Amino acid sequence: MSGLSGYLRNDGRKGIRNHIVVAYLVECAHHVAREIAWPYRDHAHVIGFPGCFPNVYAQKMMERLCTHPNVGAVLLVSLGCESFNRFALEQVVRDSGRPVETLVIQNDGGTLASINKGQTWIEETLVETEKMARVPMDINELVVGTVCGGSDGTSGISGNPAAGRAFDRLVKDGAACIFEETGELIGCEEIMAARAATPELADELRASVTKAAQYYATLGFGSFAAGNAEGGLTTIEEKSMGAYAKSGASEISGLIKPGDVPPRGGLYLMDVVPDGEVRFGFPNITDNAEIVEMMASGAHLTLFVTGRGSVVGSALAPVVKIAANPHMYQRLSDDMDINAGKIINGGSSIDDVGTEIYDLVLSAAAGTKTKSEALGHAEFILTYKSFEPIGPACLPA
Amino acid sequence: MNTDVRLLLLSPDDNIFVLRAAVEAGETIVVSGQQIQISTRIGLGHKIARNAIGKGDKVLKYGASIGSATCEMSPGDHVHLQNLKSDYTPTYSLESERDAHTGERT
Repeated sequence: MSGLSGYLRNDGRKGIRNHIVVAYLVECAHHVAREIAWPYRDHAHVIGFPGCFPNVYAQKMMERLCTHPNVGAVLLVSLGCESFNRFALEQVVRDSGRPVETLVIQNDGGTLASINKGQTWIEETLVETEKMARVPMDINELVVGTVCGGSDGTSGISGNPAAGRAFDRLVKDGAACIFEETGELIGCEEIMAARAATPELADELRASVTKAAQYYATLGFGSFAAGNAEGGLTTIEEKSMGAYAKSGASEISGLIKPGDVPPRGGLYLMDVVPDGEVRFGFPNITDNAEIVEMMASGAHLTLFVTGRGSVVGSALAPVVKIAANPHMYQRLSDDMDINAGKIINGGSSIDDVGTEIYDLVLSAAAGTKTKSEALGHAEFILTYKSFEPIGPACLPA
Repeated sequence: MNTDVRLLLLSPDDNIFVLRAAVEAGETIVVSGQQIQISTRIGLGHKIARNAIGKGDKVLKYGASIGSATCEMSPGDHVHLQNLKSDYTPTYSLESERDAHTGERT
């Protein structure tokens, strides 16, 4: 009915791409992974975790990413002496039914021998992944994330509300949609809580924003910059509402943390602020860290609203770039999929652009490359974090 | 009701419009069917009252409260720090900082 098709995985999820992951398990293996993947970069994407010391969150994220529906096969690249648990990761991938191989540079003859071995494996595996057939897929099997970055005064009045309208349509169609940035929801937690499916979930939503406020206070963040007022923003709740507009108007079905896959369609808030004491610094050091967390929760693609003009894409899952500012769109139109600036300089309504975004989500899901994807953008970043599991009230039945 | 094309209504419940382009001082613009003379330049992204707003009324943008009016407003009034305050935390602005440090200025 939707005209979509996807690659069916053993867990029942379907992918809109069929990438081979080349994953480095410590920064020391990054170069070898990059060299292996480079000649095959249209199909093989490099992801990884740079740290030498173990981290439960990073392990979980890598497991989720290597078994993401857009992934068809996985090559792990280990130096050998790092503490990342490559045995557990390989087991998880094997159990998912995907072809998997682990190279250990210290055992496989060093840099050149490992690169050769890895490329041979990719050549063989590409033959297999290219044989994987697409099956019909419905919109209600899609997971879509949204972030905003490089924001300016236009994001909250054009790109974000338009992304919200696209979310409303996707949720109505039964897709799972995820929004985040709890630190930018300070001041609208009551409005958000009023949209919760249950009173218990409403409490969890409020608590996630309170946690974010405390976390940012410890980091010494100001919540409202002088430049915000110059751009026409008057109050913190107004600024937050601009970011919150990305969520649309649907009922909120649940609260998840990075790596938790939405159990069914609906709108979900992702709590991205670590639990416990402030230990590893900023919750997300760049926009790509947010996109990676969306992917770990199964997002097939991500809507990215930008005012100043971020050009990034992502490994594994396409990014749809929505330009909020019409002047920026003129300068960076080669990088932008959607010109939401039309809402500001006339000609289009928020609904019009929302429809444009919705249509583009479906065509990207059907296989059309987004701008960043076609340009070869495949950014990825994963750092240390720590979370407690979500409580039972977060995902009401 | 007839309204200048530069005024963007984000939600039907809102009592403010957002400017999609600057309005210059001295211009006459149509707000909710009324001719309004603008006295000072108001920039892109700023807000203008859609209708009369009473002191203490909630100002609604995106259909949600973004704070309370600190004085009466008429259609066409610039809605900003001088007539709208947060119900959450006071807004830090360079202007309020400057006012706080007026004694130290030469």
